[in-house]
Amino acid sequence: MQFEFNEQQRMIRDMARDFADREIVPIAAEIDEQEKFPAEVVKKMGELGFMGMNVPEQYGGAGLDTLSYILAMEEISRACASCGVIMSVNNSLVCWPLETYGNDEQKEQWLTPLAKGEKLGAYCLSEPGAGTDAAAQSTTAKKDGDGWIINGMKNFITNGANADILLVFAQADPELKYKGIMAFIVEKEAAGFSLIRKEHKMGLRASDTAQLAFDNVRVPDSQVLGPDGSGFKVAMSTLDGGRIGIAAQALGISGAAYEKALAYSKEREQFGRPICKFQAIQWKIADMATRLHAARLLTYRAAWAKDQGGRYSEESAMAKLFASEASHYITNEAVQIFGGNGYSKEYPVERHFRDAKITEIYEGTSEAQRMVISSMELKK
Amino acid sequence: MNFDLNENQKMFRDMVRDFATKEIAPIAHSMDVEATMPDDLIAKMRDNGFFGLSFPEKYGGLGVDTLTYSLVVEELAKASAGVCVMITVHNSVGSYPLAMFGTEEVKKRFLPRMAAGEIAAFCVTEPGSGSDAAGLVATAQKDGDHYVLNGSKSFVTNGSRAAFYVILARTPGTTGHKDTHAFIVEKGTSGLTVAKKEDKMGLRCSDTVTIDLDDVRVPADQLLGGEGEGLRIALTALDGGRIGIAFQALGIGQACFEESIKYARIREQFGKTLAAQPVIQNMIADMGTDLEAARMMGYQACWLKDEGRPFTKEAAMAKVMATEAACRAADTAVQIHGGYGYCKEYAVERYYRDVRVTRIYEGTSEIQRLVIARKLLAEY
Repeated sequence: MQFEFNEQQRMIRDMARDFADREIVPIAAEIDEQEKFPAEVVKKMGELGFMGMNVPEQYGGAGLDTLSYILAMEEISRACASCGVIMSVNNSLVCWPLETYGNDEQKEQWLTPLAKGEKLGAYCLSEPGAGTDAAAQSTTAKKDGDGWIINGMKNFITNGANADILLVFAQADPELKYKGIMAFIVEKEAAGFSLIRKEHKMGLRASDTAQLAFDNVRVPDSQVLGPDGSGFKVAMSTLDGGRIGIAAQALGISGAAYEKALAYSKEREQFGRPICKFQAIQWKIADMATRLHAARLLTYRAAWAKDQGGRYSEESAMAKLFASEASHYITNEAVQIFGGNGYSKEYPVERHFRDAKITEIYEGTSEAQRMVISSMELKK
Repeated sequence: MNFDLNENQKMFRDMVRDFATKEIAPIAHSMDVEATMPDDLIAKMRDNGFFGLSFPEKYGGLGVDTLTYSLVVEELAKASAGVCVMITVHNSVGSYPLAMFGTEEVKKRFLPRMAAGEIAAFCVTEPGSGSDAAGLVATAQKDGDHYVLNGSKSFVTNGSRAAFYVILARTPGTTGHKDTHAFIVEKGTSGLTVAKKEDKMGLRCSDTVTIDLDDVRVPADQLLGGEGEGLRIALTALDGGRIGIAFQALGIGQACFEESIKYARIREQFGKTLAAQPVIQNMIADMGTDLEAARMMGYQACWLKDEGRPFTKEAAMAKVMATEAACRAADTAVQIHGGYGYCKEYAVERYYRDVRVTRIYEGTSEIQRLVIARKLLAEY
């Protein structure tokens, strides 16, 4: 075993931290308050190679390992969880399946601009009636000559209102159940595609979450991703990796809340001394740091496992479950250490607290992660 | 980063697992009920080198790295936590202080005998000083080329089986950290007596006793590391000891986990196995995830120690995480077993009792949290 980052990983982490401190931290509170999509930040992240970090250089990506990507995700999310999820969706949920299942032409045409950050991607799986039960797709795809006609509605789509390229899942043959699901590449210009509404959310307010309609949207055969009927496999294998990204997002949120709480505990005085002198506060600090540390190790291990080439569903589910629940705990304790100030928008911990909650829900709820983990363990 | 064990570590783990399955597990229940440990088991462990795991070969030890040592501890604990604690106390706090702080002469004189199965014990705790180790009152009065020890030491693991005792005492009339000294004392030294054997909830095959010191004359060359070094030696040994206890807890926790899965697959209620029921699946997922997170922390602490880097904080974190995760796992295991889990016919009843002490000895969870918080506040 070996627990050190290599040179490149350290360099990426430092670069991401530096960028986040300079470009994102100063605007994070404002874009949260105003629900403002950080287009300028996203553009700059693209220029730094952060939008296609694991994509090979020949397709416009940075060609880095998963751990480097995870470290960058953590740093960006430490500044702003909204920026984190925009980045995570593009990298994990759109670039990765295109690179893994796409043919050369698809990679050339769709992956390259996404990886370069020139275009933004969205992953359209959830529906009003299909959340954790993702196989219950009611969006349909009907064969039509040399193409397909898609009809249906997609829900809670991150980047949905700003995306140029959408990865859309639809049921082509309900008889076959999940084996009838297919994955399509859809452009936002496609006729019949429209934005229904944007959600107003508790957290991640600078990231748009949209409800999208597909009304007789026609796509040619060349925009089918993977073999016919492989859509569900594409969706699930993509989420295995996506979960590591969300675990890293949770680490970033936790890290931000923890660092601020630690600093505050040294400054804030009550009963004539800094509150860090009280055991009650010291315990909180110890528990926050311990859980954060454990969450990091599980997440880094999942990233490492992904790069080893074998199955990593269980490692990634454990990382996501543990890191997201740790972020809930840590941000809650941070608010507590800040007291009344922690409840005020004048201090950033209330934003971290709101942002943390979603990590227990999206890309597989904690309940879904537990199903994945127990089914893997019971199979052993 | 690299999360794989090397070949040597895997080989060692498999060897110990095999030994523990064949030689320890079948008698673990009777050892617990009778509160005994057969001499021939101790002899077999000696023949396998378990009494000289961590000190160099030139003194008769095996000189394994900390990670390998921890894997041994985990495997032993899976079979019997009582047998495990005898080995860990002997190795980590019993012999390690000699290997680290003893003169060449002391090492040559005592370590080969320890490796040959003469058991070591560690005497720091007193009736009035537990977590507050510096509050010890046992005295060491210099008298020519001897020290004369007086006092009483409690909760001494291996106390009645031991051939050697590492004993902490202070200069009469002093208080605090300074003026504490560590000695290696042989069984049979006049004035050293086993006063009382504790009747414990768990770890029943391991002996825990009070040692009385009544004018025990110890030659000055049996002082370890020089005068005033006592607490530093004890705390250094405990840093490493904590990693051992973390892995002891992980071993018990893993046993709880495996027994629960085994039982859940067989036991049927409402027409299907427990394993098929989501409530039980959730329990299994949480046990597995918690233990895995703690294991990663334990591995990292081992690695840091082997690299010669500071590891106090990480060892404390690993101990808190592992012992608390294992206690939850034991509780869950009993719950999954229902009424049977409350009966001695099932091993989880023993695990539940055994695991409880891991949050108490070699530094309570409360002390670990203070250690962690102090390090964090000092680092910031």
